[in-house]
Amino acid sequence: MNKTVANVEQACEGIQDGMTLMLGGFGLCGIPENSISELVKKNVTGLTCISNNAGVDDFGLGLLLQKKQIKKMISSYVGENDEFERQMLSGELEVDLIPQGSLAERCRAGGAGIPAFFTPAGYGTEVAEGKEVREFNGKPHILETALTADFAIVKAWKGDAAGNLVFKGTARNFNPMMAMAGKITIAEVEELVELGELDPNEIHTPGIFVQRIFQGKGYEKRIEQRTVRPKN
Amino acid sequence: MALDKQQIAQRIAQELQNGWYVNLGIGIPTLVANYIPEGIEVEFQSENGILGMGPFPIDGTEDADLINAGKQTITALPGAVYFDSATSFAMIRGQHVQLTVLGAMEVSETGDIANWKIPGKMVKGMGGAMDLVASADNIIVAMMHTNRAGESKLLTSCSLPLTGVGCVKKIVTNLAVLEIVKGGFKLLERAPGVSVEEIKAATDGNLVIEGEIPEMKL
Repeated sequence: MNKTVANVEQACEGIQDGMTLMLGGFGLCGIPENSISELVKKNVTGLTCISNNAGVDDFGLGLLLQKKQIKKMISSYVGENDEFERQMLSGELEVDLIPQGSLAERCRAGGAGIPAFFTPAGYGTEVAEGKEVREFNGKPHILETALTADFAIVKAWKGDAAGNLVFKGTARNFNPMMAMAGKITIAEVEELVELGELDPNEIHTPGIFVQRIFQGKGYEKRIEQRTVRPKN
Repeated sequence: MALDKQQIAQRIAQELQNGWYVNLGIGIPTLVANYIPEGIEVEFQSENGILGMGPFPIDGTEDADLINAGKQTITALPGAVYFDSATSFAMIRGQHVQLTVLGAMEVSETGDIANWKIPGKMVKGMGGAMDLVASADNIIVAMMHTNRAGESKLLTSCSLPLTGVGCVKKIVTNLAVLEIVKGGFKLLERAPGVSVEEIKAATDGNLVIEGEIPEMKL
């Protein structure tokens, strides 16, 4: 099966105002840079974005926030973005903050056909408000429901025409679960390789979860917190 | 003398046991990695998807695809492994990680912790903290005993939105090492030169004092 599309414009075809999108990445690590730029260009608005973070003021999802394209964010941590905090505190932006592990599992569940699950995370906190509580092994748990999206947009290191993906380092993060949970999943890759070049033993995301794949370009791969030791 | 942040980390490092997998939070907890006692082997997990995290990279070798949960560039040690976020939290929720060290804004005498939100002021989100505190068997809080206004961070009950309920086991501050017991904060050790009276004055919640309280050894 050939899922290759020529460019980011074709990959993002059909993304419309008011849709729910999942976007992979942790901080600025492993984010679909090309597709985010395309969403800015398309100027789709009223989006619900499910993403662990909201980028920084001038990169990642911060670019969509600046243009007020996002109506609602579902995230676990948004601390690096002043514009986000401003829009949230002023009430312009709806925000659903959920524990990181629950976010990951809710995406996984969405892709795996599991409608809901119980987790101890968030019990006794405002995260648990309005959620069913049940005790297992003497410990209270809360019911969390699965998440899915109209489009899931992920970024991988390598991929092939079948949609098989390999991630690099900690850029894997939320990308594999989100790939599973999109009605349509778009994968942008740094390197689109020939079929057969990826070792089937070492593929992280099987192509069945990916509907469109394209070779990205001009990756900036910005580092949020450059921390180094001196050379000597 | 009250401890500085490095010394708090140094004291917490004494709690490490051979063979443990450890998750270190952002801030003081991250410093714990610098003080692993001799003869102790531990492996650091960062919830964004790495086990076997090494020190910061040498200038010029940093890799944008290799960061920790604080978004800092890091290195991977031989034997390290990368994984996705669902797998990462399976390690955490499934109690495969033996120790979690994290910071806090407030801790209550029943072990509740608040560290993610100041209503109307600061809303950064909980990140992985709620999953970590809800599941970890062994949670140590690393923090200053009082806040910038000089108010105690060890309270009868937390005033800020909670991160977790009844989960903290131990607290290491600039003044003391304390354990959560039935009656409140049990004072285990004093910072060198800090008196029990000073610790009492800086603690709002109930302080349990039994016998002579030894000084920390660093």
